[in-house]
Amino acid sequence: MSTQVEKHPLPYWNPYVAGIGLGLVLLASFVVMGRGLGASGAFSSLVTVGVQAVAPNHVANNEFYAEYIGDGTKSPLKDWLVFEVLGVFVGGFISGSLAHRVTKVVEKGPNISTRGRLLMAFAGGGLMGIGAKLARGCTSGQALTGGALFNVGSWAFMMMVFGGAYAMAYFVRRQWQ
Amino acid sequence: MIAPFFKYGLFGEDISLVVAFITGIGFGFFLERAGFNSAKKLAAQFYFTDLTVFKVMFTAIITAMVGLYYLSVIGFLDLSLVYLTPTFLLPQVVGGLILGFGFVIGGYCPGTSCVAVSTGRIDGMVYLGGIIFGILVFGEVFPLVSNFYVSTSMGQITLPQITGLPYGLLVFLVVLMALGGFVGAEWIEKKMASKKAGASL
Repeated sequence: MSTQVEKHPLPYWNPYVAGIGLGLVLLASFVVMGRGLGASGAFSSLVTVGVQAVAPNHVANNEFYAEYIGDGTKSPLKDWLVFEVLGVFVGGFISGSLAHRVTKVVEKGPNISTRGRLLMAFAGGGLMGIGAKLARGCTSGQALTGGALFNVGSWAFMMMVFGGAYAMAYFVRRQWQ
Repeated sequence: MIAPFFKYGLFGEDISLVVAFITGIGFGFFLERAGFNSAKKLAAQFYFTDLTVFKVMFTAIITAMVGLYYLSVIGFLDLSLVYLTPTFLLPQVVGGLILGFGFVIGGYCPGTSCVAVSTGRIDGMVYLGGIIFGILVFGEVFPLVSNFYVSTSMGQITLPQITGLPYGLLVFLVVLMALGGFVGAEWIEKKMASKKAGASL
């Protein structure tokens, strides 16, 4: 840990360079797999497995969970998105480590307590989970992937994400500024 | 045409999971490189002080879009075999709105929160807990919202199909729009920075 404290975190990359990198990963996924990127779907599989362990009948009677169970011949965790998201954790850690950016910290503005920030993080995550499921995908699966494919629903979704975030920004400004 | 490789049977399900893991590493790497492990940086997009979210997202979209178009024109990739999520307009509009609220309240989206977690952000870990809780809530109330969930179904549909404009023209227009957006974003950031400097004098 002491070496991490001594070394200053390196600056982030130029956004256009990082964007091209991200775009090429997305393109490679289209070419190799015939599908784009995702994130929220992996957590749906995780939730389904959790609920199934506690109440198997409940899962069988719910269309939402049933979709992630499939025909029941394999675990919902043996899924493309689950493995992809595991990679996201690893990739983020590799990049962060190389640039000395792995630090135990709470991201927040100066005008909010740590406790307040964590409550907001949980509430925001909750809304994100609900919104992503209703929209059939999140920023990765809809905005990025569907955006590059000219998917009608994805473009409508993307406009609403920016619209919603800008509309709400004023009310939570104390958290960030 | 030989791509998408998986659809042409170049490898099976098990290898596809290895591909998934490697793809994810690339995805996470560039998310972190862009600074998307930081909620402060992500949220700054919505206060016009740092428009990295817009810049990275649209650079990625046009890179993949132009690449796809080129590979399909030269006959390397069959675009019709690339999976397209069906459109259900109203639930996606409402879902997008809720997600947008969650983005600025919590500071992350699902993918970026994973990168935040692996670089030690405590708020990212709590946020991810929130996502799991939100999905559980959605799953539990699903029987109540299932009619809405499948409403305004439009099937697998793209902007070229709905507008009748040629695919290539739309690629060109989106690239043009993005480039214009980048120029605007740089201008807004400069403006905001000088405003802030002026305020602190």
